[in-house]
Amino acid sequence: MIFLTRRATFSAAHYYWNDAWTPEENARVFGRCANRNGHGHNYTLEVTVAGDPDPVTGFVVDLKWLKDVIEREVLDAWDHRHLNLETEDFRHAVPTTENIAIAAWSRLKPAIEAAGGASLNRVRVYETPEIFAEFRGEA
Amino acid sequence: MKAYFGRRYTLSASHRLHAAALSDEQNRAVYGKCNNPHGHGHNYAVEVLVGGPVMAETGMAMNLVDVDRAVHASILDRFDHANLNLDPLFAAQVPTTENFCKAVYELLKEALPAGVLEQVRVEETENNFFEYRGV
Repeated sequence: MIFLTRRATFSAAHYYWNDAWTPEENARVFGRCANRNGHGHNYTLEVTVAGDPDPVTGFVVDLKWLKDVIEREVLDAWDHRHLNLETEDFRHAVPTTENIAIAAWSRLKPAIEAAGGASLNRVRVYETPEIFAEFRGEA
Repeated sequence: MKAYFGRRYTLSASHRLHAAALSDEQNRAVYGKCNNPHGHGHNYAVEVLVGGPVMAETGMAMNLVDVDRAVHASILDRFDHANLNLDPLFAAQVPTTENFCKAVYELLKEALPAGVLEQVRVEETENNFFEYRGV
């Protein structure tokens, strides 16, 4: 089994807010991230797939194909967008780095696994070089 | 759903690799330049990985503020700009980055809520790093 990772970057705006809470409660829990005018990040997405190399091509998956899948399923929806205001993914979920990793997984898994080759193993999202979250499909 | 949250920190510290059980000659042979009696230092990067169910109300596995507080109080305040050899933890063991990584893990395990710490990675330089997962 080989684990193959493709990296992509996108830039997006967001804020953290829970409608069920008072503004004071949002500010206490989310700090500066609760500023309703939003702020943004240069995100780095790392998509790891697992599989055995094809006996003919030697590929687990064609990296160009994986690049295109990531662009089509994730970047086209999120790059240079406001995650709270312009995406269905975060209509009912706070666009934290954890939830971005989970949403990216949900977007990528069907497209990657429909191809019949590798399985999606891990999605890691860097919000900054020092902050990241990861989802491995666990319940 | 379980997700993982990672946060990187840097700290600068000095150390000297020298094992009391070995002769001076053996120490020089084993540790080379790292055995310099005056010590040397590194800019360490400490990467902390916690994991847990993502809470619906916050969208978080753990609030970054709480991770920061634990890491500052138990790791950075203690080791940043310090000589690792003089810390009581390294009175009886060599402050290799392997041992430092384990020490950071054990200290953070105590400082963080039970069961959330998944892994500690300590990067000694850009070209070498060590990971410990508690086993």
